[in-house]
Amino acid sequence: MDINQKYTPQSWPDHPETATLEGKNKFIGFWLLLAAETVTFASLFATYLALKDKGPSGMEFSAAGLFELPLVFAMTMILLTSSLTSVYAMYHMKNYNFKAMQAWLAITVMLGLTFLGLEIYEFNHYVHIGFGFTNSAFSSAFFTLVGTHGAHVLFGLSWFIALMLRNAKRGLNMYNAPKFYLASLYWHFIDVVWVFIFTVVYLMGVIG
Amino acid sequence: MMKGIKKWRLFALMSMLLVFLAGCGREEISTLIPAGRVAQDQFNLLILSSVIMTFVIVVVLIIFILAIVKFRRSKVGEDMIPEQVEGSAKLEFIWTAIPIVLLLILAVPTVYSTFDLADVSTMDVEAKDGNSSHLTVNVTGNLYWWEFEYPEQGIVTAQELVVPTNERVYFNLISADIKHSFWIPSVGGKLDVNPENVNTFYLEFDQESSELEDGVFYGKCAELCGPSHALMDFKVKSVDREEFDQWVTAMQAEEPAVVEGALAQQGEELFGQDGLSCISCHATSGLGEGNLMAGPNLATFGDRNRVAGYLEHNEENVKKWISDPQEYKPGNLMPDVATLNNGEKLSDQELNALAAYLMGLSVEE
Amino acid sequence: MSSIAQKKGFGATIWDFMTTVDHKKIAILYLMSGGFFFLVGGIEAMLIRIQLVKAGNDFLSAGTFNEVITMHGTTMIFLASMPILLAFMNAVMPLQIGARDVAFPFLNSLGFWLFFFGGIFLNLSWFMGGAPDAGWTNYASLALASEGHGIDFYALGLTISGFGTLIAGINFLVTIINMRAPGMTYMRMPLFTWTTFVASALILLAFPPLTVGLFFMIFDRLFGASFFAVEMGGNTIIWEHLFWIFGHPEVYILILPAFGIFSEIFAIFSRKRLFGYTALVFATILIGFYGFMVWAHHMFTVGLGPTANAVFALATMIIAVPTGIKIFNWLLTIWGGNISFSVPMIYAVAFIPTFVAGGVTGVMQAIAPLDYQLHDSYFIVAHFHYVIVGGVVLAILAGTHLYWPKMFGTMLSEKLGKWTFWFFFLGFHLTFFIQHFLGLMGMPRRVYTFGADQGWDLFNAISSSGAVLMATGVIILLVNVVMTIVKNERIGNDPWGDGRTLEWAIPSPPPFYNFAQTPLVRGLDTYWIEKMDGNKKGMIFAEPLGDIHMPNGSIIPFVISLGMFIASFGALYFLDGKPWALAVLIGGLALMFGSMLLRSLKDDLGFHITKEELLEDAKGGNTDGH
Repeated sequence: MDINQKYTPQSWPDHPETATLEGKNKFIGFWLLLAAETVTFASLFATYLALKDKGPSGMEFSAAGLFELPLVFAMTMILLTSSLTSVYAMYHMKNYNFKAMQAWLAITVMLGLTFLGLEIYEFNHYVHIGFGFTNSAFSSAFFTLVGTHGAHVLFGLSWFIALMLRNAKRGLNMYNAPKFYLASLYWHFIDVVWVFIFTVVYLMGVIG
Repeated sequence: MMKGIKKWRLFALMSMLLVFLAGCGREEISTLIPAGRVAQDQFNLLILSSVIMTFVIVVVLIIFILAIVKFRRSKVGEDMIPEQVEGSAKLEFIWTAIPIVLLLILAVPTVYSTFDLADVSTMDVEAKDGNSSHLTVNVTGNLYWWEFEYPEQGIVTAQELVVPTNERVYFNLISADIKHSFWIPSVGGKLDVNPENVNTFYLEFDQESSELEDGVFYGKCAELCGPSHALMDFKVKSVDREEFDQWVTAMQAEEPAVVEGALAQQGEELFGQDGLSCISCHATSGLGEGNLMAGPNLATFGDRNRVAGYLEHNEENVKKWISDPQEYKPGNLMPDVATLNNGEKLSDQELNALAAYLMGLSVEE
Repeated sequence: MSSIAQKKGFGATIWDFMTTVDHKKIAILYLMSGGFFFLVGGIEAMLIRIQLVKAGNDFLSAGTFNEVITMHGTTMIFLASMPILLAFMNAVMPLQIGARDVAFPFLNSLGFWLFFFGGIFLNLSWFMGGAPDAGWTNYASLALASEGHGIDFYALGLTISGFGTLIAGINFLVTIINMRAPGMTYMRMPLFTWTTFVASALILLAFPPLTVGLFFMIFDRLFGASFFAVEMGGNTIIWEHLFWIFGHPEVYILILPAFGIFSEIFAIFSRKRLFGYTALVFATILIGFYGFMVWAHHMFTVGLGPTANAVFALATMIIAVPTGIKIFNWLLTIWGGNISFSVPMIYAVAFIPTFVAGGVTGVMQAIAPLDYQLHDSYFIVAHFHYVIVGGVVLAILAGTHLYWPKMFGTMLSEKLGKWTFWFFFLGFHLTFFIQHFLGLMGMPRRVYTFGADQGWDLFNAISSSGAVLMATGVIILLVNVVMTIVKNERIGNDPWGDGRTLEWAIPSPPPFYNFAQTPLVRGLDTYWIEKMDGNKKGMIFAEPLGDIHMPNGSIIPFVISLGMFIASFGALYFLDGKPWALAVLIGGLALMFGSMLLRSLKDDLGFHITKEELLEDAKGGNTDGH
């Protein structure tokens, strides 16, 4: 693998993410990491369900009265859209179109930041009305589950931004193509987890 | 012929095992000398599984010893290259199938017994007179002591459980602080005492504890619960139903027992509100509800078998315990008596008075 | 290359190990630090047995005793057994599959340093206000009530070293999936590689629940959350579930590589192919699979109800079947073989009856109603020491003798090795066999003392005397190691004479690039096949001699781990209101994330060894230049 090798859209491989042994290793390793992440979130979900609406006697807040679906629905749509835009970015990566990839990634990052902003607003709102992290077992489980997801979003965004800045001048090569690919894979994973959070925490919470 | 030898071998092994097992432990606490139906069931499972498992070990050992004796290098030659056998489907099948059969033999009593020992459906069945036909005891685990409440009888005691023999006794277990586990080895297996939920099970006491050398069965806490976990013992008195009813009646007496002797009366004063206020944590009447007081109920203190669950029952140990509880149960929650006495240690005279008073608290004749 | 290394001074050697990404050197690091923690855990074990030698002993106070048992369990499982097994995996597995290194050499180093700093952090608790004292299982209600910082050391230390183990697991999985030599199909992989593979998969799926549980514990204790605080609606049984969903696979993470080591030993020292290789492989996979479905058998007495107890009892019994398959296949491997009783083989032979004894008591405890009696008694203590000492530790001792020549190029003394074996083995049975009966006689585990009126004096005294024999065995092993290092007699590729797999086809220790040319594998036991065909080189090659690409060493893994280590102190003292704690926390995190950023921004493409250098190396006797 030569980092300085120049490619054209024709000589660029169909699957640049797995074209080298390093790329293949990263590809498999990252899927395995996602398996571990899945177990992590499964544990968090199970705990959340066990502690849902549990608190000291006379607890003020429960899932049914707390969550506001319109805001969360908007967040869901934004994150789903950002997953789509990252697919476009990868489409251009595979076609060796660096500028288009950067542009779509930039849109993805903007959407991700919007999502994160809304989540911070949401959390702030809960704390403001008295539903803080230490309020009850329910609040601890809620903030830990959703907050862990939020931390993943933050990490995914930082990863995208670091990759974009770092490679802005040097363009695509066999060394960084797998990195872009994995960051996008990570982003999809975050999106899937959110779909579960939306369903299990918010929808099932409001329905009761 | 071979078959006969094998049978004989098995029999010899079994009887050796039985002799060895039976000789083990004290009857107050050993699971090997069951004194109740539950423990007996569990003991039977132990014997059944031990026999099957011994069979497995013997088979493995025979093949094993033959192999390492027959095929040692000194016997087969330095340069011998063995045949490189790949395996045998027939053998694989055999040693998959036989263990499955053995496990099935174990599985049937396991499942039956699991459901049987957890069956508390008759707990609330009412007898003709409207009362529950079975005794229920609410057990509360506290940091290093046990409380036993008899809700239908309206009485509470601590550290020494009194139960009737030859009938089911149901237990509701809960912890007042952290997790413990309730275990009377010679009467039946343990059940955890959780802080968040009530666990229910039953035991049967088929032997009167007066037949035992020490007069009581030993109960234990089986879940690590802090420094004095090892000392969180309790005792069990099993008596026949008649004697049990007498005990209940005595416990239910409204009138406080008359304190006899000047020394004991001084002790009572010290114990009360105008003295050290021991009474704000330790009730001296058996009447009442459970899980209210911070310390163990002392109504039957004089009848007990041990001080603090494990020290020999005499005045000397009572005095030692009162003057320095942390020495005898590190980490327990009883306050240093000096803090109740304006920062001063109790005098010998005061200790003597308290001990005399406490040893006089009794409901038994 | 390493001829240069040998001329280095002491400081340079240390620096070399701190920056190495070579799997063989990382293996040595794992072995040394795992060995160190094994001695620490052993000393703790001796303290326990001294305290229990007689009724009412006051050698240790109640609180100290609880710290000692907690640290004994935690150290032996997380800081001794696992790292030593990881040492063998690192040293041997890449060689067995014909790879030049693991898939992620940088992460391999990071995994080690995380484990190392986690272990040091945990043990520093002894000197900083008291060790954890809620048992290695750290059940939540007791852990929340525990005063001081012991439990915080436990939670943070295990989190750090858990990350390290997770990284190692992923690394091995990818290595085995992607980096096998041509012809090395899955069903030609040596059994140790297979068990490494399955154990790594278990690490991957079992460690996250533990990490989640530890985070809950940290949040509850340090940041006022209430996952386990009952009065706030929390539930302590969640901890028990999370812990055992990790904890049960964990024992298979330990025992499967042990099975792998013994499988290699039976084949080598019987000079015979493993009987029923396919069955052994599938039994390994099955055990790994079932490992995730039986966690609640640790919780029979929690009150989960008869249905759950019955289901988990049956599921647990099923595991006896694949384990039995393994035992019988090993017996049939030595049957008809040509058995040489070298030290590794003695351990392997002793392992069979010992482990069967441990296994059958496991089945007895799977019988839920019987377990109500056995649970948390000394019976369970006897049981898990029979499987973990009788299985894992015997495998570790056997593996140390077996792979020492491959790792260091010298042989441990056979004579001293046999002395170690007999002391350790007899001492082990003396210590633990009798504990079954202590349990049946009603003795609960984790008791710091017992009364003379309980009838347990004699058996406890016998048990303690056995521990002295075990300690003697370990001391002889240490003497053996020192003498071997001092003598430094170099040995060749295949010191046991009957090696069957690729690691025995190359020099001891191997050159840092392992294989000058990637081998071509023609079947199971590839080195044996070539030997039998009269191939003097021991292998045939899949490629012509050419340049080899190697990764650069790096200090960054060390610095990342150090950053996490420092940040943990900050987190720990943050809520004590110590003014410096916040600075330490931020400084540590900055060090950690800074070096991570440096790693991802700086392109590190490695270097090439040229063909000429390889030829030069080969001329030097093919022995790594020693």
